[in-house]
This record gives sequence, structure tokens and C-alpha cells, in this order.
Amino acid sequence: MTAYLLKRIIIAALTLVLASMVVFAVMEILPGDPARLMLGLNASADQIEMLRNQMGLNTPLVLRYLHWAGGLLSLDFGRSYTYSVPVIELVRERIAVSLPLALIALALSTIIAVPVGVFSASRQGRAGDTLAMGAAQLGVAVPNFWFALMLIYLFAVWLHLVPAGGFPGWGAGIWTALKSLLLPAIALALPQAAILARVARSALIEVLNEDYIRTARAKGLPYRAVLWRHALRNAMIPVLTILGLQFAFLLAGTIIIENVFYLPGLGRLIFQAITQRDLIVVESIVMLLVTAVILINLLVDFSYAIVDPRLRGRQ
Amino acid sequence: MKLWKTILAAAVLSLAAATSAFAARTDLTLGIVLEPPHLDPTAGAAAAIGEVTYANVFEGLTRIDDNGQVQPGLAENWTVSDDGKVYTFKLHSGVKFHDGSAFSADDVKFSLDRARAKDSLNPQKQLFAHITDVTAVDPATVKVTLDGPQGSFLYDMGQVAAVIVAKGSADGNKDKPIGTGPFKLDHWAKGSEITLVKNPDYWGTPAALDKATFRIVPDAAAAVPALLSGDIQAFANMPAQDALAQLQSDPRFSVVIGSTEGETILSINNKKPPFDKLAVRQALASAIDRSAIIAAASNGLGKPIGSHFSPGDAGYVDLTGVYPHDLAKAKEYLKEAGLENGFSATIKLPPVPYARDGGQVIQSQLKEIGVNLQIIPVEWAEWLSQVFTNKDYDLTIVSHVEPNDIDIYSRPGYYFQYDNPKFNDVIEELGTTVDKDKRLKLLGVAQKILAHDVPAVYLFELPKIGVWDAKLQGMWTNWPIEADDLTKVKWTD
Repeated sequence: MTAYLLKRIIIAALTLVLASMVVFAVMEILPGDPARLMLGLNASADQIEMLRNQMGLNTPLVLRYLHWAGGLLSLDFGRSYTYSVPVIELVRERIAVSLPLALIALALSTIIAVPVGVFSASRQGRAGDTLAMGAAQLGVAVPNFWFALMLIYLFAVWLHLVPAGGFPGWGAGIWTALKSLLLPAIALALPQAAILARVARSALIEVLNEDYIRTARAKGLPYRAVLWRHALRNAMIPVLTILGLQFAFLLAGTIIIENVFYLPGLGRLIFQAITQRDLIVVESIVMLLVTAVILINLLVDFSYAIVDPRLRGRQ
Repeated sequence: MKLWKTILAAAVLSLAAATSAFAARTDLTLGIVLEPPHLDPTAGAAAAIGEVTYANVFEGLTRIDDNGQVQPGLAENWTVSDDGKVYTFKLHSGVKFHDGSAFSADDVKFSLDRARAKDSLNPQKQLFAHITDVTAVDPATVKVTLDGPQGSFLYDMGQVAAVIVAKGSADGNKDKPIGTGPFKLDHWAKGSEITLVKNPDYWGTPAALDKATFRIVPDAAAAVPALLSGDIQAFANMPAQDALAQLQSDPRFSVVIGSTEGETILSINNKKPPFDKLAVRQALASAIDRSAIIAAASNGLGKPIGSHFSPGDAGYVDLTGVYPHDLAKAKEYLKEAGLENGFSATIKLPPVPYARDGGQVIQSQLKEIGVNLQIIPVEWAEWLSQVFTNKDYDLTIVSHVEPNDIDIYSRPGYYFQYDNPKFNDVIEELGTTVDKDKRLKLLGVAQKILAHDVPAVYLFELPKIGVWDAKLQGMWTNWPIEADDLTKVKWTD
């Protein structure tokens, strides 16, 4: 077990180093000069050169990489070129939106998907199953920005229950802040739930065909007990895998929904930083996300062991 | 007990509703598309900086009004020496910066000297290039000496990058802007909104609004429901053009189409063959049908232009008829250039709707005379480095939003790669001409040279599409400079 853990940690560290090189290289290859972007069309070449020096853009590439990577090791993520505040401050503000949003969406998606999956699997091939899976198909197919706009028109423009967008900050009160995350969370959760429900259904169907399920039924266990206690638990592994992937996506891949609801989330920060060539912000945030994804994957691995005791002994 | 509480609550609520019905609202939430990178107009070129801060937070010696006219700002009045070289500004008294420090002639000297210094990073440093000396005569008088008479000096001192800052706070203005204006920064939730509040110590007419919030709405589709739900009450320039008809027919909103200083042009790399031949450029100009481009790229709202000049400005000459849309003529021009079989070229399009939509129309229009354009979409950062800095392009579409910028065609090394000594002479003369009529005449000459020589094909003037609550008054109709001046904005009932 220790050897396994050690191996995992070494692999994770190597992945991080490699990712940092790739991220840095890609951002450097991108055409565009942050200094010119800041000073605009009328600035002279001398001024651009002066600003480049100030921002440290004229130091050799390798030195800049080492400086940046060294900073990351000591948890110093550098300063944003455009906002001229520490990157970590920007991230902290955005995480305060993105993390709760991702968690709410994930919870919603699970609450919807698992019962639907169980319902469908236990009625495989019957009308209820067809209907549920048809709805799931629709959920996957509907573009989420369109769905988001429909939600806005219904709940914000027509019913005036929630704001059409924006985020007032947690300082405005927990309920006010939560209210502004509600629609985006629903818009994000629906397609994720649709995917998850389909995964849960097929995993469950597979398990339900196993011999031990027949044995459990044969020894007289009621169908419900078999379904919820034995089958579902065994079908959780693919569901958890998908959940882990979805969480990583929900943290930073939600730029479209963030735009529609004009939420100050991580996705928009990255997008904005790329267009403004705020290289250091992009590089540092991508590295944070890489770290987060690696950690989530580790967590998912551990959760396998929790749902499937057989995995605890292995390796 | 519970019942009493309910009744009491209902009474309080109805009372609150009643009082709010009597007093006009004093808060406003405006939508803006792009977030400013920071809030210091003397350190960044992003238009959004000026949108939020100009006239609201920061003020200059002079100021530009809604019609593009120069008005007194921090300077109450001024005199100009007979040779046009020395401007003496008399400053308002009792002016305070937002941090409580007093404003005086020393701040003006500091600001102008800082902007023109050798290590200045002012994005419009050229505005200050002719200043040779700034002297604080007494706390309320500043003398500015120029190297020669400057026709647009008073206008330039009213521009966004020429605002007056204080020595003690200048370096912190990016994050905590300290100006002299009627509003001061309350807080900036990055990525979300910037809130300004009324400055109680303002030296001039106080603002009617107590609070103004600029909320960043990057998505055009989100802008409409934001207005409809009442979350946002004004867009100085609305991005959602498709929804315009819907908003126009809604009595709750005012839709005000104004002009800007944005000449939208098909820029040509004048040194790159075959565009170095006049006949080729004439062929492009004749093959292009402005009305189709305006319909596609600005919902039919842009005004056609025939030269690099805003139709709203004094001195404008209508030159849209110099090269009328005429395919036969265009083919003749190509033949004259020895390219009767046409040629291929690229067009680099920045990520703005007018360029991406307009580019497709131009591609199909030029195809009719055998000119095959390959569209290359680029980001702004790429556009700036490839097109603007390295001049690695054939054609591009861009809107030049700087006011009074016809002189860019005389700038050496500018990305048009256009060099016409005759034009340069006119611009040089214009620079030192102060007499108004003479200036307008020279501007006319300059416009005509460009219209005939086609260093770029002139398409249309970018419109400003203002949409706001019908009860709101005092928003700017036009954008002579990109500013959302809120000093006269108020709610009516």
C-alpha cells in the first residue's frame, strides 16, 4: 500500500512538472505582446519596451520559467500584468464563486441522476425507462446556454424570483448570494445529470444481471433491498468516475454559463487573461487546476476503495 | 401575537413602498461589455477605463462634452498668448481630491510633467509632445508653454489620458483611483462590478445619483434579459443588436442611436504588392458596396463614410461618392493595374462583430471582380502584434475610435505603410494652425486626399446604441470620446 501511494505521488509530481512546462511553453508561443495590449495603438516603441522591461518580459525564457516555477513551489503565484494584484488574490475571489457553484451543481446533478438511473434500470425497456432516457437524451442535446437563457426569461424576467445574472458577493448575505447561483447551478447540473443518469442506468443494468443478484433474490431478499443495497453500491464506480470528471469541468470549464449569467468565476478569469495575454495569470491558474484535477482523481481512487471493499486489499 | 407582527410588517412595507414612490431613485446600474484592466486612465489604453472614470472620477483641465465641444474643467478659464504658444489656465478654487488633499496648480504641473516625461507610460504620450514647460505661477494659476501654436491643444487637454492626478496617490490609481470628480470609487468586485458613490465634497454641481454601479455583462445574449428584468437600467452602448427592434417597441426603454469617433475601415497594407498600385486600391473601393456591409456589420445603423472623418464632426466633407459601387469600373481599374484576372490576398479579422461580419460581405463582394480573399480570424493580441506592430497583413477591418485621428496616415511606421508627402504637409500645417476656419479647410483637404488616394477603403462610422430605462435622463447620446459621463444623469418620475 505504501509503495503504491509513493508511486502515485511521484507520478503526480512528474505530471505537475511536465504540465508546468507545457503550459508555460504554450503561452509563450501564443502571438501577442501584453505590453502593447496595455498601452494601445498610440504608444511608441520606446514605451512598449520600457513596460516590457518593467514586467520582466525581456528576461530570457528559461530564467523566467525557473523564476515562475520556483515561485509556485513556495506558493507564490506572481502578479497579474493587467490587474497588477497578486494572482492568488484574483483566484481567491473567483474560487468563492466557482467552488460553491460547482458543488451545488454537482449535488443537484447527483440528486437528479441517481434516482432517475435507478428508476430506469429497474424498469428496463418499459415505458418509464424509455421516457426517462428520452428526457436524458434531450438534456444532453439541449445547448446549456440556451437552457440558461430560458431559465433567465422564466425566473428572472417573468417571475422576478431571482436576479438575471451577476453575483453580489458573499458579503451581501448567504441567501442573496445563493439565489444568484441557483439558476446557473441548475443550468450546469441538467446536462451533467443527463449524462450521469445514463451512466448510472447502464452500470446498474450490468450489475443487475450478475449472478449474485439472482442469488440475493433467490434467498428471499426483497427487490428494493437488492436494488438499493447490493446493486447500486456495486454500480457506483463508473458513476464516481464520471462525477470526478464532471467536478473538474465544473470548476473551470463553465465559461459559457459564467458569461450568460455574468458571474465572476474562474472560467471567465482564464478567458479574459488569455485575451489580454496576462500570461502569468493563465499559467498559474492552469497549474492550480492541474493540481486540483490530480487531487480529485486521487480522491476518486480512494472512494473506489470505500464503495468496493475488495479494492482495499489489492495492490 | 404573530398576527400583530404580520400586520406591522405589512404596514412598514407599504410605508416603504409609498416613500419610495415619492422620491426619485438615486441609484443606477449600467452594463458594460468589457471590464477595465485597471482604473488609471494615464496608464492604460483600454477604452473601458475611460468609460468608467472620465468626468465621473477624474477630471482634466478642460473637458469634452456630449457634442465633442471643449468645455472648462478644472480650469475655470484660460488665456492664450498672441503667438499661440503660452496658455495660462485659471483653476477652480476649493477643489479637493477624493483622499481629502487639496488640488492646486502643483498637481497640474505634476500630472503634465509626468505624462510627458522620458519614462512616461501614458498611452497617449503624443498629446503632450509639444509642451516645453509647465509652471505653477500661484496655487490657482498654471502656465503651459508649447514649442509652437497647437490647434487642438485645448481639446487634447480634455482627453481621457490627460486627466489630473495627485502626486501622493498617482501610483495607486490603478486600484484605488483618487481624482477630483463628482463620484469616487466605492468598491471594485473584480470580474463583477465597479461601484461609484457620490463625492459629498465635490467642488462643482453635485451629481444627482448617489450610487452608480458598472456591471460587467460580457455576453450579448445576457444583456437583454438583464435590462428586461430591471437588474440593469442602462447600456451606454448595447451589444445585442438583434434584439434592438424588441427594445425599441418596448415603452419602458429609450433607444438612442448616436455617433462615435469610430471610423470603421478596410485597412490596406499600402507597401505590399499589389496594393502599392493606386489602381488596385481604386478597384477595391469601387467593388465595395457600403450599404450591404453596413446592413450586415452594424444592423444598418452605421453612417457611410468616404474618408477618415466622423460625419458628426465640424469640417466633415461627404466623399462617399468618390468611388461609387461600380463593378465594371472596378474591373477596369484592375486591368489598368495589369491584374485583369484578379488576384488572391488575405484579410485578418479581429474578434469584433463588425469585422467578422463585415469581412464576409467584403469577401463575397471582392470575389465578383476576381479578388479572392482568404479570411484569417485573429484575436486582439494577435492583431496588435501581427497586423499593427509587424505589418504582416494584406487587408484588415478595424474601427479607429480615437477622436480627430486623421493624422495617423502621416505617422511614420504606422501599419497602413502609407507615405504621401502632400498629405503629410497638410497635417503638419494643421498641427500649427489655430484659426478655426483655416483648420476646417485643411481638414477638408486632408479628407479629400485620403478619399481619392484610398490608403484604406472607408466603410462606415460605428454607431453608439444607447439603451436605457425611459425614466432616465442625461445619458450621452454620442461618443465623441468613450465615456459614460454620469454627472448629469438623473431619474424622473
